Amino acid sequence: MNSAPGSNLQPPDRRRFLTRLSIALSAAVGAVLGVPVIGFLLAPLTRKQPREWRPVGPVDQFRVGETVSVRFEDASPLPWAGVTARTAAWLRREDESRFTAYSVHCTHLGCPVRWVPDAQLFLCPCHGGVYYADGSVSAGPPPKALPTYPVRVRGGQVEIETSPIPIA
Amino acid sequence: MNKLFAWIDDRSGLVSATRRALEHPVPPRTGWWYVFGSATLLAFVLQVITGIALATAYVPSSGQAYDSLKFISEQALLGRFLRGMHYFGASAMVLLIGIHVSRTYLMAAYKFPRELNWLTGAVLLLLTLALAFTGQLLRWDSTAVWSVIVGAAQAGRAPIVGDEIARFILAGDTVGGATLSRFFAFHVFFIPALVFLLIGIHLWLVLRHGISERPQPGNPVNPATYRQQYDQLLKREGVPFWPDAAWRDVVFGAAMVATVVLLAIIVGPPELGPPPDPSILETYPRPDWYFLWYFAVLAMAPHHLENLIIVVAPLIFGVLLLLVPMFNKGERSVRRRPMAALLVVFIWTMIVVFWVAGERAPWSPDFDAQPLPAQVVGSGGPEVTRGAQLFHEKGCQFCHAVQGLGGERGPDLTDVAARMSSDQMTARITNGSPKMPAYVRVLTPEETQAIVAFLSTRR
Repeated sequence: MNSAPGSNLQPPDRRRFLTRLSIALSAAVGAVLGVPVIGFLLAPLTRKQPREWRPVGPVDQFRVGETVSVRFEDASPLPWAGVTARTAAWLRREDESRFTAYSVHCTHLGCPVRWVPDAQLFLCPCHGGVYYADGSVSAGPPPKALPTYPVRVRGGQVEIETSPIPIA
Repeated sequence: MNKLFAWIDDRSGLVSATRRALEHPVPPRTGWWYVFGSATLLAFVLQVITGIALATAYVPSSGQAYDSLKFISEQALLGRFLRGMHYFGASAMVLLIGIHVSRTYLMAAYKFPRELNWLTGAVLLLLTLALAFTGQLLRWDSTAVWSVIVGAAQAGRAPIVGDEIARFILAGDTVGGATLSRFFAFHVFFIPALVFLLIGIHLWLVLRHGISERPQPGNPVNPATYRQQYDQLLKREGVPFWPDAAWRDVVFGAAMVATVVLLAIIVGPPELGPPPDPSILETYPRPDWYFLWYFAVLAMAPHHLENLIIVVAPLIFGVLLLLVPMFNKGERSVRRRPMAALLVVFIWTMIVVFWVAGERAPWSPDFDAQPLPAQVVGSGGPEVTRGAQLFHEKGCQFCHAVQGLGGERGPDLTDVAARMSSDQMTARITNGSPKMPAYVRVLTPEETQAIVAFLSTRR
């Protein structure tokens, strides 16, 4: 009871050890909590999404020289994705056997371009980008041509291969 | 009652601590300029309360959020009102924090010893913008989906890590089931938790250093003597914060809440657009008003500067924001800091000018342009009539107006014949320009001739 202040302190070496032990244990607890959370959040960066061929309609449905929008489903949509699992492409029938599938994403900032058949142009509603029928840039801010998706004909069906959203 | 308070205070110390905080002395004559910080805080509290209410009905699932929003807006009791409150509360918070940061900068309240007040405030400003962006996306309609994609595309412009950031934003290769849940978690848990933490520190600092006094020209801040001077000022002329200064905060805050309530009732929340289906292409995505000016910047930026504006400009802005308190000595009065006044005027003018431009969006094609009526076309013969028809059909009118009918992206052609010969018009239509497609790929020579015939009557 009458001991002098500080007299019941541990020896300095031991106090230093206890300080370090406590900091190290706290850091370990932090890491145990933090690492899985950060890994969980970053998972989409490492997860390779599969690619799938999706049928978009019978060959006869498309007329030579016309460009129409087709919709198909992403490669492996989550069960709760609902309508967000859908994707579109602008499909052009070049001739009897060849098709070209253009991305709907303007290469400027990804907005949805619209095909205007009479003008034979793709127009972007966001910042006014314009593309010719072959996807090349004709005016406005887009830095490059509309990307194309792989497309093939199988068993009378036109199929498009799912692709990531093109990022500049 | 007093006994109860005394007991609580004895056991917790909270009553006397609160009283000390409320009645701490503040400099005299602070006036109405000092209400914007507390009003921003009140707007945040409003957001937390209305946000929690909305979260009890909102379903943060990519596939179902839209339907739950429809339910909240159309069927839930007071749902529409709460959505309106949350929208206009967000607008108030963005606007008020903008005014608050301008005020503290103009009055140089960031100078010694309040550098950390500024820095925590700067982070709060960025977090508020992050809340505004993520919140706009939770209104999960077609515009929200395309905003995510546009956001990812912008992030994709960053060197080296652009692709990774874009995939992080989308939560994968495309918009899908994973996208919305993450934005929801960031909007309602992660960012608000940081905001709470920083507001705590910010307020702690306000109490520690006291509210800055009104700046006086010719009374520069000297770190060696400032604290002493400030203490003397408080001893001589200080008034208790509550209620002598706080009443203005309360009056302004109440007026702000009343405005938000009235707007929520009269104007209501933003209407839901088409469903969040990325295959619906007839949309016109644009950000809410607080980012509309930036949308305009991106449309009007010269192409070769675009990456600089998207990637470097925000970084420079962030760094400048953090560098401000380096200049922590000297004159505080804006009369002795003309460049500071100029900078604030410049930034606000820029935002308003670009905002007005974004509101009009003259660069966007007018997809709804109606064919020119006969009285506008006039009676110039069959070729002129045919030309006017082609002018509409071939998309000229998306970008060019005649007598106010048509888009604004290209020059108005109401009196084009007065400034261009038909040869010049033919050349321009055929070859295009950096802002106009070369129509040689689209029009037959006869069609071009008809359009030029029509345009030649425009004088």
